Amino acid sequence: MTTETVHQTISGNGIGQNGSSSRLNARIPAGPIESKWDTHKFNMKLVAPHNRRRFEIIIIGTGLAGAAAAATLGEAGYNVKTFCYQDSPRRAHSIAAQGGINAAKNYRNDGDSVMRLFYDTIKGGDYRSREGNVYRLAQESVNIIDQCVAQGVPFAREYGGLLDNRSFGGAQVSRTFYARGQTGQQLLLGAYQALARQIALGTVQSYPRHELLDVIVHEGRAVGVVVRNMITGEIASHTAHAVVLATGGYGNVFYLSTNAKGCNVTAIWRAHKRGAFMANPCFTQIHPTCIPASDEFQSKLTLMSESLRNDGRIWVPLDPTDSRSPDRIPEPERDYYLERIYPAFGNLVPRDVASRAAKRMVDGGRGVGPLKNGVYLDFSDATARLGRNVIEERYGNLFEMYERITGENPYYTPMRIYPASHYTMGGLWVDYNLMSTVPGLFVAGEANFSDHGANRLGASALMQGLADGYFVLPYTLADFLAGNLGQKVVPVDHPAVKKVEAEARDRTKQLLSINGTKSPEWYHRALGKIVWDYCGMGRDAQGLQKALSEIPALREDFYRDLRVLGDGDEMNQSLEKAGRVADFIEFAELMCRDALQREESCGGHFRTEHQTEDNEAKRDDDNYAFVAAWEWQGQGKTQTLHKEVLDFEYVHPTQRSYK
Amino acid sequence: MRVHLKIWRQKNARTEGAFAEYDLDNVSHEMSFLEMLDVLNEQLISGGQEPVAFDSDCREGICGMCGVMINGEAHGPQRGTATCQLHMRKFSDGAHITVEPWRSRSFPVNKDLSVDRSALDRIIEAGGYITAPTGSAPEANLIPVPKEVSDAAFDAAACIGCGACVAACPNGAANLFTAAKIAHLNLLPQGQPERWSRVVRMVETMEDHFGSCTNYGECQAACPKEISIDYIAYMNRDFVKAQLKNRRLIAQRG
Ligand SMILES: Cc1cc2nc3c(=O)[nH]c(=O)nc-3n(C[C@H](O)[C@H](O)[C@H](O)COP(=O)(O)OP(=O)(O)OC[C@H]3O[C@@H](n4cnc5c(N)ncnc54)[C@H](O)[C@@H]3O)c2cc1C
Ligand code: FES
Repeated sequence: MTTETVHQTISGNGIGQNGSSSRLNARIPAGPIESKWDTHKFNMKLVAPHNRRRFEIIIIGTGLAGAAAAATLGEAGYNVKTFCYQDSPRRAHSIAAQGGINAAKNYRNDGDSVMRLFYDTIKGGDYRSREGNVYRLAQESVNIIDQCVAQGVPFAREYGGLLDNRSFGGAQVSRTFYARGQTGQQLLLGAYQALARQIALGTVQSYPRHELLDVIVHEGRAVGVVVRNMITGEIASHTAHAVVLATGGYGNVFYLSTNAKGCNVTAIWRAHKRGAFMANPCFTQIHPTCIPASDEFQSKLTLMSESLRNDGRIWVPLDPTDSRSPDRIPEPERDYYLERIYPAFGNLVPRDVASRAAKRMVDGGRGVGPLKNGVYLDFSDATARLGRNVIEERYGNLFEMYERITGENPYYTPMRIYPASHYTMGGLWVDYNLMSTVPGLFVAGEANFSDHGANRLGASALMQGLADGYFVLPYTLADFLAGNLGQKVVPVDHPAVKKVEAEARDRTKQLLSINGTKSPEWYHRALGKIVWDYCGMGRDAQGLQKALSEIPALREDFYRDLRVLGDGDEMNQSLEKAGRVADFIEFAELMCRDALQREESCGGHFRTEHQTEDNEAKRDDDNYAFVAAWEWQGQGKTQTLHKEVLDFEYVHPTQRSYK
Repeated sequence: MRVHLKIWRQKNARTEGAFAEYDLDNVSHEMSFLEMLDVLNEQLISGGQEPVAFDSDCREGICGMCGVMINGEAHGPQRGTATCQLHMRKFSDGAHITVEPWRSRSFPVNKDLSVDRSALDRIIEAGGYITAPTGSAPEANLIPVPKEVSDAAFDAAACIGCGACVAACPNGAANLFTAAKIAHLNLLPQGQPERWSRVVRMVETMEDHFGSCTNYGECQAACPKEISIDYIAYMNRDFVKAQLKNRRLIAQRG
């Protein structure tokens, strides 16, 4: 695969061709796709065991990607420091993943293979991801399951004692491994426990309740980080030979999302402002099955696992004015719209397709529930067919969760669901080695942009986080470090370090000194509304332009009228929040600019101007088969767009069809 | 609905705390308990008072970050429910609600309702893992695990590490937390090689940090994942057996 790059600058709202630049080298190994990774592993340099303890590695984030990398690198003999904002590495947001993790084991003998998982992922991503990376991901998927089982992850099993599988949206094979509705929890605990072992052995030092405030780049390389101790407020620097960001996704830019409250863009945004390119920020995923908001105080949305679509049927009343309770609406007056429009995949179409269909129903006035902001997910047919016991065994915990939140019992009343922000495919640009455009700065898990193109398939994020952490970074980091043997870590009192640290202190002081009237929460909500309205499930040029004028105004107001009480040198959750919101505001602008630039629809990015006759996403492969990578140009200036052109040698892009 | 709140306020671990009282009158039934605290905090900020510090993250009952004493009960009145999943419809209009941090010698208060639970991590570090260096794993289906065993291990593995068991225990014991991890790993075939050393190291570390169990059973009632106290009996049995086994190993070596 060749990766050619074209350098363009934005002028006005259009794009001017500016010749080519070679700032982006994806470093995809040559050769047939099946052997790229093996060849590359052989060609990469190694660090001998006795030399490993001479290297310091900083890992920000202890989710699946960060914990897996830290445990593996610690075990290998490197000196590792991990940081996370929760009070224990075990609480990273990965813990909340419910549905499962994909792997091309073909245990069901139903035609699965590495090639098929690769193919499904490229197609599911609407042909906006790199073939080389995705093939490697599919290859490593099988090792992940082995690794996790060896650690004691209690995956679901058959009566014969072997592993069970289920199917997920966007695939016609059963390749999803799961641990009840708590797959993420069990996988993360496996990685956390491996990490805990290294902490006890002293190879890893863990810094919980520490938040990254900045990345230190010196002489063109990432040499450390500035962090704030969230209990004492102390701001300090740590330096190392390499820095890994595994800080998760930025779905909270929408304010309401299924992400944990603390999920933030800060780490990758700070890195962006220090030179790391941000790729495809407009590729965000809206999950079709979340519980609709019930009032304006709602602080987050709860996901109902996608696995429910295996047995639940989605419908709305045919008549928008129908206000009867669902059980009184007779069969012929219901519209099972997914089954009607997509007979082949039915209720199991990919997430973006299901989400947009729900939005069309609600926008068309056919929404259900008190606020008319949802669609029904109905289990009555499945209960009649399989019996309540089976339904209870499969979904019991989800039904309970639903009842706890809504006060309604899904065994009797259909669930109400609506799409919500859930996952972000965009993130820092990385090459095949997971290194950003800043040498020494690696990015893993949801924080990078690498594998899911414009839409991620269900159960593939856990797979990617663990592949990055267990099986990719340990090789590619070694290759990078091997070239730096004998090099000393930049001392923490070096002026370059002190400078970044002082800037972080100043920003904190600034947030505390505005003394305005509005809380950080208020600004986050206001931002979320703009982004959801104009850069959510449907986007158009006019709305995006509007967002691009409203967001800078919000930013200005933020720095004029923010109120953060308390001090910097103590635990101060408002201050933490303010810092995150400040970064979300800046990031949102780039996200909208990226959405405006991409004059096509693909995956989760739906430009209403670009749709097929039957309202499906219409890609423009001639002009947009590229990764958009944005380069920071300084505060108040527009970022420069670089393009990494995507080549498809093995999977030929076609119009995705799930009919 | 309206509620009258009595909330523990404490600047940091070094200072004394005290209750402060607040009235909230724009509470909806649909709100979660933590959303109610969010509303209180917004009200405090606009009145120029520092908001109440409390921990939460996932707000789905899985990360274990949240947890406060509500009217003297860990995670409040609803069984099997973490604080973040408790909803205001469980309270009546005009309710008086007392909110305190976890009370335990082993969990110093960071600020207001937030406590330091890092002693729980020390227990896991002592042996709450299966040693399986990355890359060394055999093919997954080579280790069949009877479904019943796997299910029992899972029931124990469901622990979210919130610390409610410690907070609810009159002795401040962490036996349910420790037992849950020991049972998860010791029940599985993969966990056998380290079974006896694991239980000894984890129990000893637990005893270094926490009070001792005298079978009150409050932990099980407070657990948001309803983890069974039977696992404590399992842990105790394994601990006794381990003394024997480990001695045997020592004898063989000697
Ligand atoms: C409700 C829900 C259900 C899901 N279900 C599935 C599923 O079934 N299957 C699937 O494949 N995927 C699922 N996903 C997606 C998947 O869970 C995530 O994409 C994945 O877990 C991300 O892992 P990660 O390691 O990249 O980051 P995370 O797990 O998000 O970890 C981020 C880490 O970075 C730290 N951090 C973040 N910012 C900072 C900072 N500024 N300073 C210091 N530390 C910081 C955090 O403390 C944390 O340790 C789900 C997501 C959600 C929201
Ligand atoms: S906030 Fe995660 S369990 Fe309550």
